[in-house]
Amino acid sequence: MALVNVKTKEVKVKIVYYGPGRGGKTTNLEYINNTYRDQIKSEMVSLKTQDDRTLFFDFLPFDIGRIKGFKVIIQLYTVPGQVKYNATRRLVLKGVDGIVFVADIQKFQRKRNIESLNQLYENLKTHNLDLFDLPLVMQYNKVDLRNKGEDSIPTKILQQDLNSVLRVPAFEASALGGGNVMKTLKKIISMTLASIQDQLF
Amino acid sequence: MFNQEQLNAIDTTIKSHLIDSGVENVIYIDMAGNSITQHDNGNSNLDYMAFAALAAGNFAAVDAMAKLIGESEFSLLFHKGEKSSIHFSKVTEDTILITMFPKSISLGIVRLKVSKVVTEIKEICSA
Repeated sequence: MALVNVKTKEVKVKIVYYGPGRGGKTTNLEYINNTYRDQIKSEMVSLKTQDDRTLFFDFLPFDIGRIKGFKVIIQLYTVPGQVKYNATRRLVLKGVDGIVFVADIQKFQRKRNIESLNQLYENLKTHNLDLFDLPLVMQYNKVDLRNKGEDSIPTKILQQDLNSVLRVPAFEASALGGGNVMKTLKKIISMTLASIQDQLF
Repeated sequence: MFNQEQLNAIDTTIKSHLIDSGVENVIYIDMAGNSITQHDNGNSNLDYMAFAALAAGNFAAVDAMAKLIGESEFSLLFHKGEKSSIHFSKVTEDTILITMFPKSISLGIVRLKVSKVVTEIKEICSA
């Protein structure tokens, strides 16, 4: 739940990038951090293993101005994608306000995308949250690989696999080059702010 | 969520019991990693937002470890450094008080003062 501080007139919103390992969650945050470095006052925090895999989470906070006198601070988190780190993923989801599910379009990741989404549903339940009630955006990442002739899952199949029941906004993206990274971010921010506005203002 | 009076009262208890006793920084955070209030002795450049996110993660990880060994919780955590140390104390189900203090202040004093602040914050929350 977003933290509203009536004294400092601040609202802190937590958005988590979730998805299978090596799907591009950290790359999304790195792109945002590098592109908007001048406007972001805090450093990005990354807790990673020696071989550069996310161990606990990445954290990137920035403010997006004021709404009705309240300074709105967006705090982006990623979870570690590797299967063995599920206990950690569950911890990072505590207090989440909005989720970006980063799916990997490479063919061999099809099963892992589905497993990861199912696990997200289960993990949210441990926090008494329902995936169907939370702001959620799908991001089908690594579309640049299609142009390189890599074996990929067509977007229609990804929609069937992951979004046929949820029916949330979905973007094809290429996080490495920044393609649709900001579109995804803007969408989840606007959806999250809309969902918490009754609570806030 | 805290109202203005509660936040003022929390600030007052933190300042009078901890900051005035010579600790360097005090951050009161929620378990999601948000800083609710923060105070320092005037000589700090701490990145509070990053610190709050890491501290909540740290506390949550230790809490999960406690459950694995059959403990309901570890309500107190302490990290000792060469110049500064950090003391974590659970206040309510959803909040943690973090105190950073120099080696000139003993852990015993910090624990005593933190315990007082924790009691007062609980009273403020239930009022």
